[in-house]
Amino acid sequence: MLDATASALRTVGTESEPAPRAAGGGEKLIETLLLLCAVLSIITTIGVLAVLLFETVSFFTKVSFSQFFADAKWTPLFANKHFGIWPLVSGTLLTSVIAISVALPLGLMAAIYLSEFAGPRTRAFVKPTLELLAGVPTIVYGYFALVFLTPILQAFMPQVEAFNALSPGLIMGIMIMPMISSLSEDALHAVPNELREGAYGLGASKLSTIFRVVVPAAKSGVVAAVTLAVSRAIGETMIVTIAGGAQPNFTFDPRGAVETMTAFIISVSKGDTPTGTIEYQTIFAVGSMLFLMTFTMNFITQRLLRSSRGKGL
Amino acid sequence: MADSAHKIHARQVKAWFADKQILQGVDMAIPKNQVTAIIGPSGCGKSTFIRCINRMHELVDVARFEGEILLDEQDVYGSDVDPVLLRRRVGMVFQKPNPFPTMSIRDNVLAGLKMTGRLKKSEADAIVERSLGKAALWGEVKDRLKEPGGGLSGGQQQRLCIARSLAVDPEVLLMDEPCSALDPIATARIEDLLSDLRQNYTIVIVTHNMQQATRVSDKTAFFLHGELIEFGETDSLFTHPADSRTEDYITGKFG
Repeated sequence: MLDATASALRTVGTESEPAPRAAGGGEKLIETLLLLCAVLSIITTIGVLAVLLFETVSFFTKVSFSQFFADAKWTPLFANKHFGIWPLVSGTLLTSVIAISVALPLGLMAAIYLSEFAGPRTRAFVKPTLELLAGVPTIVYGYFALVFLTPILQAFMPQVEAFNALSPGLIMGIMIMPMISSLSEDALHAVPNELREGAYGLGASKLSTIFRVVVPAAKSGVVAAVTLAVSRAIGETMIVTIAGGAQPNFTFDPRGAVETMTAFIISVSKGDTPTGTIEYQTIFAVGSMLFLMTFTMNFITQRLLRSSRGKGL
Repeated sequence: MADSAHKIHARQVKAWFADKQILQGVDMAIPKNQVTAIIGPSGCGKSTFIRCINRMHELVDVARFEGEILLDEQDVYGSDVDPVLLRRRVGMVFQKPNPFPTMSIRDNVLAGLKMTGRLKKSEADAIVERSLGKAALWGEVKDRLKEPGGGLSGGQQQRLCIARSLAVDPEVLLMDEPCSALDPIATARIEDLLSDLRQNYTIVIVTHNMQQATRVSDKTAFFLHGELIEFGETDSLFTHPADSRTEDYITGKFG
């Protein structure tokens, strides 16, 4: 019966298509306006890239690649300058990995609950409430991590420093969790009911139906959700600046202070570093590196999705 | 009360979706190792009836059921019956072919056994070949078992779904308009298949298509407004219907 409705709709659609287009300048004007909007966002992107690239090239005329990539110290603002990027990369990766290892299981489980178990009323209440979490200003999260979570962590693990990677990482996980749960829930919800019925009809339990049929069928949506969330975590600034400290340590110990790439950029750009100096240009080099990381991740994800779609998704 | 000639006994089966009563009290004894067709106009409750047999009806939140359905001698709505285990004995093929899109042809066939944790690795190949063979699909797919099930044609997908159901070794196979999304050639292949399958399975097929009922079934039931109007040998039901409503329906006066 649904099929019949769908095909009826389709017929209506094709019938209306050959109808003569409203002639005159009005439509042309709107079309141009819409095109301009699309072009504007492209121009902005190109502009951002151009500025990044320009300043980065100028940075690398003063600092060699080996100073940037083969040094484990980052002290561009000191008298004894080192430009090794890895401490910042490790800080960023550390906090992001902590965040995603909190957000992925929690978010996915919440999505499965909302899509497969919760009644319509529960879903109508829980989903928007979860999404509220994403609307909390990050500065609030940052202070929450610093003055609330860190002392709790210290009570259990005395080695945890006042500024550390663990606390902002965990809070960031809470922050990006609704992004994963909400987008994954959409993907799970979109899995056709026929697939669930097919599994039930074979004598599969609800849990094995969910984990063997529904979640795999929603994989591309879940992966897209996780990609977005990871990009968000890598780019997150305020929480890690406030609670993570400002010490570019090349470490993967979450108990100590770190400095992420974004936190460094903030600390330089809010200071009084004159434009054109090498200190000023470091933030563009770091920015380029950040861009490269998120871009690579999005690219890999796109490839993954395409290949899984090729396999019948 | 149950006799060996009949596999399923339905007694005063009533079903609702929310406040709307779909089945008004159906009594029906479905013969073993035969094909029973259920015909009737849209909304007459024929799909709901077979979904009561394997307890798929209750998966809808607002669904309600009353009555008794015996499979052999066991009440499938008894408190000791796990609907999940029941569905392994009573398989189902749906209106729209629904192979699992993320699985290969081979994994689709094995899906039921894998999901219920009953697959022995050493038997997998034999089960795949046997099930696809029974569904008359083996010859067409044996060289591409690793390819996704969604890449097959509609008719092949539906036979894959039949193979998938047979792999879990059910006793009853419920088919809910299995050919309604298929072209005539694919339909003919599935109909041929049914006459082979009835030797080992009790088959109940819901169909919109009266010609199909005459071609494939031993007995036919005519449903109207949630009631079983007439049930008898297919030949006699279509040639000498006892009830005037049956006659009106099969002669095309409504529906």
